[in-house]
Amino acid sequence: MLKFPIYLDYSATTPVDPRVAAKMIPWLTEHFGNPASRSHAYGWEAEKAVEEAREQVAALVNADPKEIIWTSGATESNNLAIKGAAQFYKGKGKHIITLKTEHKAVLDTVRELERQGFEATYLDVQENGLVDLQVLKAAIRPDTIVISVMYVNNEVGVIQPIAEIGELCREKGIVFHVDAAQATGKVEIDLATLKVDLMSFSAHKTYGPKGIGALYVRRKPRVRLEAQMHGGGHERGLRSGTLATHQIIGMGEAFRIAREEMAAENGRIRALRDKLLKGLQDIEATYVNGDVEQRVPHNLNISFAYVEGESLIMAIKDVAVSSGSACTSASLEPSYVLRALGRNDELAHSSIRFTIGRFTTEEEIDYTIALLHRKIGKLRELSPLWEMVQEGVDLDTVQWAAH
Amino acid sequence: MAYSEKVLDHYENPRNVGSFAKEEEGVATGMVGAPACGDVMKLQIKVGKDGVIEDAKFKTYGCGSAIASSSLVTEWVKGKTIDQALEIKNTQIAEELALPPVKIHCSILAEDAIKAAVADYKKKHEG
Repeated sequence: MLKFPIYLDYSATTPVDPRVAAKMIPWLTEHFGNPASRSHAYGWEAEKAVEEAREQVAALVNADPKEIIWTSGATESNNLAIKGAAQFYKGKGKHIITLKTEHKAVLDTVRELERQGFEATYLDVQENGLVDLQVLKAAIRPDTIVISVMYVNNEVGVIQPIAEIGELCREKGIVFHVDAAQATGKVEIDLATLKVDLMSFSAHKTYGPKGIGALYVRRKPRVRLEAQMHGGGHERGLRSGTLATHQIIGMGEAFRIAREEMAAENGRIRALRDKLLKGLQDIEATYVNGDVEQRVPHNLNISFAYVEGESLIMAIKDVAVSSGSACTSASLEPSYVLRALGRNDELAHSSIRFTIGRFTTEEEIDYTIALLHRKIGKLRELSPLWEMVQEGVDLDTVQWAAH
Repeated sequence: MAYSEKVLDHYENPRNVGSFAKEEEGVATGMVGAPACGDVMKLQIKVGKDGVIEDAKFKTYGCGSAIASSSLVTEWVKGKTIDQALEIKNTQIAEELALPPVKIHCSILAEDAIKAAVADYKKKHEG
């Protein structure tokens, strides 16, 4: 039995795994103690549970639990990491490097630091979405103090060469921050070997609750940060604020499940994604956005030329997906990520991001393929661009009246 | 995007989709917009000897409200003289379809499409 709309937007957020939800509930009602209460059993049991969750989060990425700081989510982690490191090390320099395809939580944070007097370089990526290591190397200045590169891109799912960038940063003594919100449970992360100094995590992209995340802060060699949230001195002074015990326990359980099940789960999800890709690729004039190989198994970002993204989303309202189309955003600008990949505006408008997850079934994929075939056919019947292309007109030679 | 019933109806059941042969007697074509902006409308009118629009067809690349706006104007221009057709204003289209403010440009484009089709007709017949 299919349930509509079919959810294929797992990179936007995931449902909380029922096992996670079950584990969280007692920490709201029975075990409600403040983990910072040192004077009674309510506090002690909450603190113990929080530390177990910290171990589970650390275990997924092969880190020491002492290196995990709880935050409200990856946005806060990115802010704390980039602002915290830049402000702490500002005596060493004022230059920050990041990519044009980063999440807004990184781009806007770096912009804010520019307003505070730091300088920033926003690197282009290659057509496949990956950063060119030579370009990155060339951008490094003697006063570069922080480099921030995401592990997995949220729109196109490409996996950046984190290990290689880490080597480069360590050699030059530059703090390396990685936004791994989209990576946990999707790629193996081994912080014992990766030369990453700071890494941001989110629970809700990995079947945990919204409103909780973490920041990995390396101890050896030690990385220091200026706190951004001041108060009771929680989390070794790096992030004050009462710990959200139930959320933390949910994140711990979600990451435990991810560690135990990711190998099998990614195999299953990859098979579904490949089936979806195969089923959509025989529609004429479709283009996959981003590298096909160097990519997480659950992401398919594809442009259907000559149909507009928002009307396509309306046509396929039985499936919940995202589009790079301007019409679905408040800004009326098409996806800056797809533009950074060199996709023209028209293809950016016509892009759909499918992200598959733990609860996606083969039946749902079959339905989606058939629906897309039907609706794209209908919209192309309606499209003057498609008609012109069928008549042999090269659209690039047409003088359009831009508005 | 929360659309009105009327937009959804025109989007689900677009009226007068298609094309006339360009060389057909009395046919004029207006093409407006640009792919890079996310919408292109092609409006064709077929004008009788008496100057009355007998038939109209459209094809639109664009969002739901762009498709609805152009579908609506094919209905509205039929039976009107070309000068009456020019009196159709974007505000009427926006009001009829209850377009949200961010989609007003779709109704402007539909008005432009009428103007462009009529201009093409005049160029062919009054030149």
